[in-house]
Amino acid sequence: MTAPDGRSAEGRGELNRSRLHHYAPWVFVLVLALLPLAFPDPYMLAVLTSAGIFIIGAISLNLLLGYTGQLSLGHVAFFGLGAYTSALASLGFDIGIGFGLRITLQPQPVWLGFIAAIIVAGGFGWLLGRLAFRVRGAYFVIITICFAQVLRMVALNWIELTQGPMALISIPPFSMWLPGQGVVPLYSKAQNYWLVLAVAVLAFIVVRQLVESRIGRALVALRANESLARSVGIRVTHYLVIAAVISAGIAGAAGSLFAHYIRIIDPDVFLFIYTVTMVIMVITGGKGTLWGPVVGGLIFGLVPDLLRGHARPEAQWVLYGVAMILFVMFLPRGIVPALASLRRRA
Amino acid sequence: MDQALQHLVNGTVLGGTYALLGIGLTLIFGVMRVVNFTHGELYAFGAYMTYAFVSLLGVNFFAALALATLCGVALGAALELVLLRRMRKADIDSVMLVMIGASLVLQNGEMWAWGGVAKLVPNPFNGSPLVIGPVSVLPLRLFVLAVSAALLLGFWLMLDRTRAGVAMRATFQDPETAALMGVRIGWVNTATFAIGSGLAAAAGALLGPVFMVSPTMGDLVGLKAFAIVILGGLGSLPGATLGGFALGFVEEYAGGYLSTEYRDAFGFLLIILVLALKPQGLVPAKERIG
Repeated sequence: MTAPDGRSAEGRGELNRSRLHHYAPWVFVLVLALLPLAFPDPYMLAVLTSAGIFIIGAISLNLLLGYTGQLSLGHVAFFGLGAYTSALASLGFDIGIGFGLRITLQPQPVWLGFIAAIIVAGGFGWLLGRLAFRVRGAYFVIITICFAQVLRMVALNWIELTQGPMALISIPPFSMWLPGQGVVPLYSKAQNYWLVLAVAVLAFIVVRQLVESRIGRALVALRANESLARSVGIRVTHYLVIAAVISAGIAGAAGSLFAHYIRIIDPDVFLFIYTVTMVIMVITGGKGTLWGPVVGGLIFGLVPDLLRGHARPEAQWVLYGVAMILFVMFLPRGIVPALASLRRRA
Repeated sequence: MDQALQHLVNGTVLGGTYALLGIGLTLIFGVMRVVNFTHGELYAFGAYMTYAFVSLLGVNFFAALALATLCGVALGAALELVLLRRMRKADIDSVMLVMIGASLVLQNGEMWAWGGVAKLVPNPFNGSPLVIGPVSVLPLRLFVLAVSAALLLGFWLMLDRTRAGVAMRATFQDPETAALMGVRIGWVNTATFAIGSGLAAAAGALLGPVFMVSPTMGDLVGLKAFAIVILGGLGSLPGATLGGFALGFVEEYAGGYLSTEYRDAFGFLLIILVLALKPQGLVPAKERIG
């Protein structure tokens, strides 16, 4: 350490490492992007696409769970809101709102639905943030869970709008301008895969920019010590609400992708179990790390399909439950920080 | 007016079992600072054990209720010893996550063991309702109310009169001082979790024959239990009792007069409103913690 050349050798190592840090993510994205060309297996692409949608959800949840340290367990509310908003915008609707008034919407292009999903989910993120961030800990957790439950009940019972348990069907797929083909609907697995990959990369970049900004530093400060952060003048609730809005907006985008990919949605998109799935992805991967939700999401996005055909569907959830318990007890910081500290030691 | 009386009776019957659920949950939170996500699953477990004893083993209905409650106590004790004992120094969020994991395992274990089809628990009560003036009520429901009331009373006596009850109340108020006075906190925690779980299982055993028994029956009930304890103030025992009856009445009256479809939603809306506007609960009691 003290010898000058020793320090420079270490410095060079740091430089190589940071260069690796800089390029590795892009290589990873490139490999994922080329995957459908190398292995055009529709089943594998379908599995990766739905994993990708949940990874986007996990990335957005990580912003709250990891960076602000608030255990938000109603995250699926925003996912479901995005799915319903986008599906309803693209299908159109005609509902009575009392006093003989009706709201009618003609079917809109899917991309407008996608944007509407982000705005509506973000708006509800703001509302929930204003309400729920007045309390902390157990109270916060329970408000967020109840919020998702209320939305599920609305989706189940507002049949005129949502069709209730009969589900919204024949939701159109995304359409896009493709070179040489004009604007076409994306029916193929590979096209949907690329779309999800693109949105996931975008979501990752948005979250990275945010946590590296002033806002991100404020969030980390209040996670570490809220009263101290408050005492040095950080407007805690203000920053928490910003994080909630952005997180909800990204989850809404994921919900919209889900609706137009699966093309049928019912009130079960609001089930607590989907929040739990995203929470498990974030916790196992490493909360409060950029790559945690991606790593956790890949693992738990692929597990169900590895189990398919070998075990009953309940086995998947039992396994998720056991994984949650084991990780929280024995590797609470998650896989990514554990690997990072292993590498530092090596 | 007649209808209002009928709702009052129905709400009281429902409220009694809700109070059992709420008391168990709030006791666990107050003594152990654990938000128990497995509470709904223990409720379902109690119902399934009743079904197993009555329908599969041919045990007497009343004995089956008692046995199912004891199974709930045993499962609760096991959960405390295996999971929570190791988590005593962990923060409240980590404990919540572990309990969510445990509830996933329990719920899907139940699904695995019993299949997804709802089961009916046969009971020895007469199926025709008793009619008293304008009100009619099934004998089974009256029995449920009577047993809930007896369990609530027994629980209060235990807490008030026995040494174990004193140890629990002491831990409830201040675990460190209680430990200094010679209370063995570890065993108080095990007993608390076992008793709370037993009350949840008893509620399930009682309501299982009234409704149907299905693996997802614990989902909504677990959340309702949260509604109950929050209405009363998290950690308040009198609050949980009142909250149980309050939720029973709200569901009955709102379901009866406003909207049947949204019956279950009223409880959740109530929680959000109470937490957002008056987070200390409607009945901030002296014993309240947190």
